[in-house]
Order: sequence, then structure tokens, then C-alpha cells
Amino acid sequence: MHDASVSQHSFVHIDASEKAGDTVRMRCDGSLEGMALEVLIPGPAASAMSLVLTAPISFWGGVDPKTSMIADVRHPQHGVAIAGTILTLPGTIGSSSASAVLLELIHRGIAPAAIILHEPDAILLLGVLVAREMGWSGPAAFRVTPPID
Amino acid sequence: MLLELGLEEQALLAGRSGAGAAMAMRLVCDSARLLNAPSLVKVASAHIDGALYHGDSGTLFAERLQELGAKVTIRSTLNVGALDLTGCSTNRLPPHERDMAKRLMKAYMAIGCEPSWTCSPYQAGHRPTLGSDVAWGESNAVVFCNSVLGARTNRYGDYLDIACAITGFAPKTGLHLPENRVATFIFDVSALPQADFSDESFWPILGSLYGKRAGTAVGVVKGVPRHPGEDALKAFGAASASTGGVGLFHIAGVTPEAPDVETILGGNAPREVMHISVADFADQKRRMATVQGVTQIDAVAIGSPHLSLEECLRLDGLISGRKLSIPFYACTGRHVLKDLESTGLRDALEAVGVTVVIDTCVVVTPIMKELPGGVLMTNSGKFAQYAPGNTGYGVVFGSMAECVESAVSGRPSYA
Repeated sequence: MHDASVSQHSFVHIDASEKAGDTVRMRCDGSLEGMALEVLIPGPAASAMSLVLTAPISFWGGVDPKTSMIADVRHPQHGVAIAGTILTLPGTIGSSSASAVLLELIHRGIAPAAIILHEPDAILLLGVLVAREMGWSGPAAFRVTPPID
Repeated sequence: MLLELGLEEQALLAGRSGAGAAMAMRLVCDSARLLNAPSLVKVASAHIDGALYHGDSGTLFAERLQELGAKVTIRSTLNVGALDLTGCSTNRLPPHERDMAKRLMKAYMAIGCEPSWTCSPYQAGHRPTLGSDVAWGESNAVVFCNSVLGARTNRYGDYLDIACAITGFAPKTGLHLPENRVATFIFDVSALPQADFSDESFWPILGSLYGKRAGTAVGVVKGVPRHPGEDALKAFGAASASTGGVGLFHIAGVTPEAPDVETILGGNAPREVMHISVADFADQKRRMATVQGVTQIDAVAIGSPHLSLEECLRLDGLISGRKLSIPFYACTGRHVLKDLESTGLRDALEAVGVTVVIDTCVVVTPIMKELPGGVLMTNSGKFAQYAPGNTGYGVVFGSMAECVESAVSGRPSYA
């Protein structure tokens, strides 16, 4: 599940995106090489530390909406804050209130700077869609595109 | 994929039914695009999970819909809120949070949702028919609706549920499509002793194991000797949806879409056959607890999902008038409270020390006293999964009878 192509402790940059379905590149530490991402929800450019979760997470009960810290004691990255990171998720599990937790993180200004998923997760990303309707700026969301041989 | 919209859908988007409905329709359409759905499907009812307070943002969203004149257009029941509006129980929410939680609950009622405030709407008279399309939220309600009632819903997250309820449409994808409802694996429990299937605590344990093995896939349970009753299926489904992402399960010979294993496999070979051994089950039973070597219990909580009247009657029978020595929380809904009050059962339960919790539950709002290192006993797979993260209590697991005996003595008591 862990995607080795996104390194854990590096500073990464993602260009601004305009519409869903476009492809943008994510570059690590000034490297010109980058991995291709499919835009799920467009947003402004983001430059931040990469945080790659090593296990799926339930946002409700798993992320504290007041602090952005991973609150699930069973999660290997328990205690890590997701605020301001370029967050790569291997998957989400459990409750359907993930969107509510993400919306609250956005409203408090402690959301990730961008979200990268392996599969579009409509439950989680609805938090970003609702934020946009409310006029609050939220993170862009992307899907990892399969490598081309 | 391009999203195809009919005339009624385009009119909603264009604001012909008002700005609130248009906002809801944009959310439905954007979600449909994210899900790669080619079109929308009309839905007959909704169950809304969005009225539980997680922070001010949810209240502001609901009030925006209300200000814009949005109204639900289909039957819409409400899942639990953060407050017990009946006053049966009290909680420790600070004043600002309490105020915002109440505003949130009021906004959803103003939009036209029924104040059912329960996570067991299917036991409170909201039972969509077999094969109908609906838009339900809250993971246990979703899994029961799909699996036990055979109605068709995806796992609608907070805010998409209310958007579907306002527009009457949902993205046509996932479990709305018959081809996605067939089982892709067999979960064979034939090796487990027949007598175990009659034990109430068997079902949440089996459900927790099923959820871990299934992930989000649809499977069929093989080898269940007889219909275990709705409360057992409720416990199984709730547990499976909290340890995994289960939205639909089948039990051969029990649930409506699975008269037998072959039918629900839809003519395909199973991707996998999981043979569940006595040892697998025993291992899962151990894993229901997060603390070991416990000599004292600080509280008991049951009722996730909300207790049925039958479960409340069984609780009363098990207590049998004895005084409980530790706090005991029994969570249920208004649909049961009526009968608890008319039969005198509420008074009887409260007299021995049971706190009856209505409209909400102890894992979603701070009702239990703050007790770092405290130990909670429960018979619910869902409470076992979420209580440690949400309440700070460690968890031990037991049947309802074991929960009652432990609450009488204050020490873990296993049959």
C-alpha cells in the first residue's frame, strides 16, 4: 500500500491547477523530475513537507479536528499533525463523517496543504467541496496516476 | 466521464427551486464527477448523519442551507446529535459547543428532516423497500439498509446525505448498480460450533472479523444455520462497518438478496474463500479489548447501534432489580423511549442506576466522566472500536449478561 515513489521527509512542490482531469507534476526538493498527479479538485500551488501515511485512516475518531493530530492509538503515525503537509493517503476506512472532520480542519486553518489519494474518496473530498461552497479556501486534491512504462 | 443530466436535474442546478437546492445540486454533481458516475439516480428517502456536531463548520453549513431556503424533498430521518434533547442524560460539552450543537440540530429540523435522532432508523419505522434507491449516511445504518433491507445506497458521507435529501438525486454508481451488489468472496463460518450462533456476543465479534477481512468488498457469509434475528444482524453490520469499509454484506439463506451462495455470486467464481476457524474467532474475541489484565471496571456502555425495545427488556430481565455499583449507560432512541415510559421500564432502569441516553450516545459526545486510564465494558463492536479514541477509556468486551454482572460487582465477570 505504501507508495515508495512519494518520499516521506522531503519538501515538495505542486503547481497550481485549474480543472479536474488535468495533470500536474509534483517535484521533490527542487528536482526537475516529478511524478504526475491527476487533478481531482483544483487549487492553488502548494509547497510543503510531504507526509505519507503508512496505514489507512478513519478521519472521524482518527484525526483530532481541533489539532489535526492523528488520534487513533492503533495508527502507526499516532500523534503526527497533518496540518500544512502534502498528505498522501493509502486509503480511508470507517465512519462516513470524514468529510465533516476535513471541513472543520479547513475552517480552522489547519488542513493539509494538498491531499493525494490512490483512489478518489468522495466521502473525504466532500469536505473540500463544501468548503469551496462556503467560500473557505481548502486544499487541492489529486490522484496518483499509474506510471507509464 | 461526462455527467449526463436530465431536465429536472438541470433546472435544479440552474436555481429554479431556489439557491439552497442549487447549492445542494452542485455538491451532488461534483461528487458524481469525483466518483466517475455517468448520471444521477432518483432516491426515495434519506438518513442524515450530518447533524452531529464536530465543530462550528458543520453548523455554519447547515445554517447556510437554511438561509438559502433549502428543504428536503424526500423522507429524511436524522441520525444522532451531540445533545440529548429529551433531558434523559446530561453531557459535559462546554457552553459554546453546546450552543453550536443545538443550532446544528435545529437547522436540520428547519430544513425538514424528522427529529428521529437515532442510528437505528430501520427499527424506528424507516424501512425502504427491497430494491429501492435511497441515500443513507452513518456507516451502520448504511450497511443495515443495504444488507438486511435490500434497499440500495452508497455510504453517503456527511453533507452529501443532506444534499441528496434536498435534491432527491444521488450519483448513479457503486451499490446503486445491481452488478456491484454481487458477492466477490465467501466468508465460510461452517467450522464454528452451531451453539455459538445463538449467543448474542458472537455477532459483533464475527462482524469485527468480517470487516477486517472484507475491507470494502462485498462478500457472502456461508454456514449460518438459521436467521439470528435483526438485533444480531444490526450488531454484525455495525462492527463490520467500523473495522472495515463494509457497505453491504450477504448471509446465505438469511439476507434478502442471498437465497443461497451461488445466486449471490452472480454466476462468477469467488475471488477468495475465507475459511474461518475456531482459532480465528477466538483471536478476534481477544482483540475486541484494548486493555488486558483488568481487575476493575469503571463504566458500562451498551446501545451502539441504539437498543431496540427487545434489548431494553432483556437488559431489565438480566438486572432483575439488583443495584448497579458503577455507571451504566444504555443508549437508545425516542422511538423506544415512548414504550420505556409507558411500561414503567425507564423508571425501573433508572432506579437501579442505569442512565438512559436518548438522541445521542456516549462515544459521540462527552457524557461519561473524564477518567484517564478508565476501563469501559461494552457488548458493542462499534463502541469497542471507537471508545478508546473518542473517550480515552480502555475497552473490555462482553455479552450483555456479562456487562450486567460486571456492573453489579464492579469487577469483570465472565460467564
